[in-house]
Amino acid sequence: MADTDPKKPQDEGNEGGLFTTLKGKVKSPAQLNEELKETKVWKSIFRHKLDDSPRNRSLAVLSNVFLHLHPARINRDAVRYNFTWGMGGITFYLFIILTLTGTLLMFYFHPSKGEAYRDIMFLQYDVPFGNLLRNMHRWAAHAMVITTWLHMLRVFMTGSYKPPREFNWNIGVLLLLFTMLLSFTGYLLPDDQLGFWAVTVGTNMARATPVLGHEGPFGPELGITAFNDVRFALLGGSVVDSNALLRAYIWHCIAIPIIASILMMVHFWRIRKDGAISGPAPVMLEAEAARKK
Amino acid sequence: MTGLQLPYLAEMDWHQLWYMLSKPDNVPIVLLLFMCPFYVWMAFSQARKNDRLIAQLEADPELAKTHHRTIFPYQKGWPKTVQVWPFLLKREFLATVIVTIILIVWSICLDAPLEDPANPNLTMNPSKAPWYFLGLQELLVYFDPWIAGVVLPSIILLGLMAIPYIDVNPRGNGYYTWKQRKFAIGTFLFGFLGLWVSMVIIGTFIRGPGWLWFNPGQTWDHHRVDHQVNRDLHEFFGVDGALPEALFGLGFLIICAGVIGGVTHACMKKMLPEMLKRLSMLQYQVLMQLWILQVLVLVKIVLRLTFTVKNVWVTPWFNI
Repeated sequence: MADTDPKKPQDEGNEGGLFTTLKGKVKSPAQLNEELKETKVWKSIFRHKLDDSPRNRSLAVLSNVFLHLHPARINRDAVRYNFTWGMGGITFYLFIILTLTGTLLMFYFHPSKGEAYRDIMFLQYDVPFGNLLRNMHRWAAHAMVITTWLHMLRVFMTGSYKPPREFNWNIGVLLLLFTMLLSFTGYLLPDDQLGFWAVTVGTNMARATPVLGHEGPFGPELGITAFNDVRFALLGGSVVDSNALLRAYIWHCIAIPIIASILMMVHFWRIRKDGAISGPAPVMLEAEAARKK
Repeated sequence: MTGLQLPYLAEMDWHQLWYMLSKPDNVPIVLLLFMCPFYVWMAFSQARKNDRLIAQLEADPELAKTHHRTIFPYQKGWPKTVQVWPFLLKREFLATVIVTIILIVWSICLDAPLEDPANPNLTMNPSKAPWYFLGLQELLVYFDPWIAGVVLPSIILLGLMAIPYIDVNPRGNGYYTWKQRKFAIGTFLFGFLGLWVSMVIIGTFIRGPGWLWFNPGQTWDHHRVDHQVNRDLHEFFGVDGALPEALFGLGFLIICAGVIGGVTHACMKKMLPEMLKRLSMLQYQVLMQLWILQVLVLVKIVLRLTFTVKNVWVTPWFNI
């Protein structure tokens, strides 16, 4: 049908061929690309043009829910790895990895005595990539503890907790606590000797809590026993057993991740509200420091 | 003996050393051994450059008026900010890619440990907390559990939270420096590296069966018994009876705190007079008490390791 058009010139050396037939009708990828961007569907999803202009670069960040925690522009030296070490971002990224691998692990895990250990064996030897999944979860957890410490070290060394960021440092200290508690509650879940004794050692300290522990100062005097003290509340019993496993599981998979996520929201929000990342700021001279109240 | 002597190289149990270093769960602490010095060096190398810049600008007020005041290159006319897309996002993306690669390679090479099923009748020896809590477990050697496991961790957290409110120095906000913040940085690194990280490392690599001290490369002897007798401080001085013991311990602590506080105050007066002027009474109290506590923890550790002192303050209800 197309080749009945008399005006259409024939392609030399390829007369009557398919390509000749379609020439002029088939659009180039570039053309298709352009037309795609004019469709209603595209326009409903992407709210700004894509040509390289400062405005579009800003919109790329500001109109994207995943990127909009960033400002549109940032201190030119704040992007340097040797200033930030990237540790805060890496900690957050590890949290995301842990959420993903953790969710996948939950599909294979029953938090009950007997089943828990068997499930880990199952993951290690039978589930496709199960061993890799478990390894990634454990090593990402260890790495997250390290990156949290190093992030705090960096924030301290750059004095970034100073006004106006005092409150955000406090949120950060809480996040440090919850990072370690997340890791600690996960330690018991394989229900092996390592986790069992680590949690036994760890929660034994709670026995000795002043006033609230049955072996702590002033505890026994106030009627605290092994069956109503703070350790009992942590373990759901007087020994590390099935209730402790269930409690660790719920704290680990639901409660602490939610608490930590809320704290992270506040943490990231406050970074923006407190004027983005602290530096590298211009150095302060003595005369200026003396004027500062 | 608490055995602070290093074994001769010939007596090294290399297998034991390798066993400890290569245990998959210990790999993070091996990493920490390298990462902590590296990042501290990174901070200090930039601090040194900033301090040099500050000295230069202090000496030349005219330059200070026009200088951009960072150690990074800048020329007139360059924008002070850059677009997040792509200049920050490309680096964030690169970081995630690198982290992912490291994590996957790590996970392929090393398997997460899985011991025998939990057995309350078979105590692991040594039974260790997760590595990041080994600092607290190591504290159990020196303090009763209610201090090591409850009071000190709480004070560490509260102390960390207090930092922004008791650091009244306006300098060094958003840049690395050493000369402008010697006291703050010195205190923090003493606590973080000197106490926390070192005790994690001791708890991981040094403590063996029975939580006894084994030097690196010393064979873990499961039958070793320490005949060390720890005595309370008042026994060294022949104090006897509940009330005199309690008063003696309290007196000792007060004198220690007084000496540490007094020396610190004198040093501050001489070296940091401006800081003293800026601190309110409440800020000064909190700062001083946290500082004294930090030093007292070290004092107790040293007393135990060198003079086998068990408790310094004994009362009928608690011991410290």
